[in-house]
Amino acid sequence: MLGKLTWAAIPFDQPIVMIASGTVGLAIVGLLGLITVKGWWPYLWREWITSVDHKRIGVMYVLLALVMLVRGFADAIMMRSQLALAAGGAQGFLPPEHYNQIFSAHGTIMIFFVAMPFVVGLMNFALPLQLGVRDVAFPVLNSVSFWLTAAGVLLVNMSLVVGEFARTGWLAYPPLSEIAYSPGVGVDYYLWSLQISGLGTLLSGINLTTTILKLRAPGMGYTRMPIFCWTALASNLLIVAAFPILTATFAMLLLDRYLDFHFFTNDAGGNPMMYINLIWAWGHPEVYILILPAFGVFSEVVATFSGKPLFGYRSMVLATMVICVLSFMVWLHHFFTMGAGANVNAFFGIMTMIIAVPTGVKVFNWLFTLYGGRIRFTVPVYWALGFMVTFVIGGMTGVLMAIPPADFVLHNSLFLVAHFHNVAIGGVVFGVLAGYTYWFPKAFGFTLDERLGKAIFWCWFIGFYLAFMPLYVLGLMGATRRMQHYPEMGWQPLMLVALVGAVLIFFGIALTVVQLVVSIRTRDQRRDLTGDPWNGRTLEWSIPSPPPPWNFGLLPQVEGTDVYWAMKQVSSGTRSNAAGDAYQPIHMPRNNPTGFFVAFFAVVLGFALIWHIWWMAIAGLLGEVTVGLVQAWRTNGEIEISAEEIAMAEKALVAREVAA
Amino acid sequence: MRAIGSVSRIIERSMTLAAASVLLASCGEGVLDPQGPVGKAERVILYNATAIMLAVVVPVILLTAVFAYWFRADNTRAKYLPDWEYSGSIEMIVWSIPALVILFLGGIAWVGSHELDPPKTIESAIAPVDVEVISLDWKWLFIYPAEGIASLNRLVVPAGVPLRFRLTSASVMNSFFVPQLGSQIYTMPGMTTRLNLQADRAGSYSGLSAQFSGEGFSDMRFELLAVPADQFETWAKTVKTRGSALNAAAFATLVRPSKADRPETYAYVAPDLFEAVSSGRVVEDSSSHLEK
Repeated sequence: MLGKLTWAAIPFDQPIVMIASGTVGLAIVGLLGLITVKGWWPYLWREWITSVDHKRIGVMYVLLALVMLVRGFADAIMMRSQLALAAGGAQGFLPPEHYNQIFSAHGTIMIFFVAMPFVVGLMNFALPLQLGVRDVAFPVLNSVSFWLTAAGVLLVNMSLVVGEFARTGWLAYPPLSEIAYSPGVGVDYYLWSLQISGLGTLLSGINLTTTILKLRAPGMGYTRMPIFCWTALASNLLIVAAFPILTATFAMLLLDRYLDFHFFTNDAGGNPMMYINLIWAWGHPEVYILILPAFGVFSEVVATFSGKPLFGYRSMVLATMVICVLSFMVWLHHFFTMGAGANVNAFFGIMTMIIAVPTGVKVFNWLFTLYGGRIRFTVPVYWALGFMVTFVIGGMTGVLMAIPPADFVLHNSLFLVAHFHNVAIGGVVFGVLAGYTYWFPKAFGFTLDERLGKAIFWCWFIGFYLAFMPLYVLGLMGATRRMQHYPEMGWQPLMLVALVGAVLIFFGIALTVVQLVVSIRTRDQRRDLTGDPWNGRTLEWSIPSPPPPWNFGLLPQVEGTDVYWAMKQVSSGTRSNAAGDAYQPIHMPRNNPTGFFVAFFAVVLGFALIWHIWWMAIAGLLGEVTVGLVQAWRTNGEIEISAEEIAMAEKALVAREVAA
Repeated sequence: MRAIGSVSRIIERSMTLAAASVLLASCGEGVLDPQGPVGKAERVILYNATAIMLAVVVPVILLTAVFAYWFRADNTRAKYLPDWEYSGSIEMIVWSIPALVILFLGGIAWVGSHELDPPKTIESAIAPVDVEVISLDWKWLFIYPAEGIASLNRLVVPAGVPLRFRLTSASVMNSFFVPQLGSQIYTMPGMTTRLNLQADRAGSYSGLSAQFSGEGFSDMRFELLAVPADQFETWAKTVKTRGSALNAAAFATLVRPSKADRPETYAYVAPDLFEAVSSGRVVEDSSSHLEK
């Protein structure tokens, strides 16, 4: 009846897991109770859950990412504590079967459920505003994408309480991830949650690519797009090209595990090496899917707060697209030690290094954007400067490991771990946190607390150096990744320093929550009534904060880059309808619960497949088909907003601005 | 602008810390203290490449700090160029600098990949010693085909003699790595990889698996004991006269998962054992051992 699911699946014997999941469970029950008591369900359902507004969906993505950051960090601090203790003969407090789940979950969560939703969320929110349009190309599909990601998140978190997570590392290399070596449900949780959320990401990539290619404000040619749109275009093209590889690779591993195929098994002609090639054919572009939009954020931030246009716009566009293309030609550098010939290794090593050229160009262009600027040291600028000094170090160690013989001694060591955290934290995390602070007032109509924002930056910045510089050194001393204990007492002091760094990062994360609460409570002191709190340059700052559901009452006419800056040079920059153009009625998509129901049945289907509950899998599948049919036969997908309504709303906003 | 001052102070401090720690590491064991020709050549590459890149990275970090400090909004002496967004000559330079660096490093990568290709034998007047390596759950088996003996979790080799390894796995993937000797290489089921190393001096060097392989991974440590050539002969003879035989039955026992096994030696090894494992024949019989 319930397949492999029994009471034994719940780890009653593991106090850490039970206490953690118990606390989280209570918090969730408490939150749901509060929502019920306060009667917030209709509001949540109407304004958020069924919303197809790209701004709302963007906010929900970012919220999801922040919540999962806490989960991923909990794993991180447990790993650092374990390694600070388990020196000499000591075994620490986490046995291997638990520790191995933790590092697998940490990597999986941080990449798929923190970095990805954060980046996708920022793109969702900012892209249509920067492009001067009213929504993404496919609003309902956008909601489906978000909810599929949330479904993946739910499944990953369920693995904490019901069953187990993969013990294979975040990429689940076979043969270790094959049924012969991982007979439990951990790898199945991993595979199904990533299949479901990966589908969401692919749909989102298609949606945003289409939006950029087909929906731009009148006059906005490609070379007039803000640079963030260019980086987002590159990122989404990579999603469209790379995620199908991931889905196909996981599908093959699933066939191995469920139907006794032999794609990657040791026996019957299987070849695990093929998996490793395929997974990195997705995995390396994935790195750029995450970092390119972060580069875009930094470009916007540096230009805005220097009070100057981005230096070398065309160079930046070219560099972005060169990285986009090259990112598909370097995957083998993740396994130089597999024993391919010298020519193959050298080719992929040199291709990898070539990516450093456009990346270096970007750094120099940011540098020359600062030059001659009037730099205002706001929180996003702190992140940008912190990024510039940190990222070049990470880039240097990356190029170092791109030299195959150097990689032969650094591969899989803590040096590698330090390198990818150097670019992931110093690049992606700093970037998304800069974007979060930068666009927050646009989303909510008030800025985030500045002092706390700077405190958060210093916690992350110093915490990063303390946590990961020791790992570079440990890697050179011969420490490898994923070890649960080590005999060398000499490594322990540096492990302790790394733990201190992680604790500092913890304060950074805790202060992010504090900052949010404080900023909401004191929002009246930091209202953004003009819609342009930073003296911005691009179109999102030309509309009110928060923007009306239709974003632009009149679609803007674009005559160059930095449109809004140019507008402000000729007029005072107010939004008054000076041209006297008549407003036209706008068709907006109606709220739609399809995304939520798709995700609900996806969770049912995924859970059933993980536990081999076949009747439930059929039910989930039928549910999906039904939702699809209902959506396909819907007749009334849009509402019309009349010209008068828009005129009234716009007039009210202008009045508010003048008053401010 | 106290904040900026503290940025540069912190950067300075962390750089000093990093430099100090690197110095510290180079005294201890590890890849910066190589004991063989392969490791030494790789250390040269590490140092050269780092030096070339630091020549660009350090100025970039300094320029970031200087530009950010000088062009702060309240510095009235800094000139403001609100429309300056392009300079052909600067563009030329910013594309050229990284391109030149990569030209250098690309050369290092190409030459290094060929000279330090793992299958390439080490040039020496002395004939190499062959060792066959099989990774198991979770231990290392070293077979000496010429002597017909084997050793578990301890690799005894003659110092100053080239070592020619052939490697495979009887279980999942692992990576054979002795940090002080240099290059690591994967061991993979059903496949054979090749690696050449040499320990210049007698000594004990720690070896490990650098590719996660499951529950007993952290205990996949082994000692590489480099002894003078004559002592190696003696050791091999002693092993030959003592200890048990590694026949099919004994190997079947070894294939069963176990952690932190003590080093052991075998006086006799079936001559085709490595071939059988690397072609997947033995593995097939044992691959389902975890299902029970």
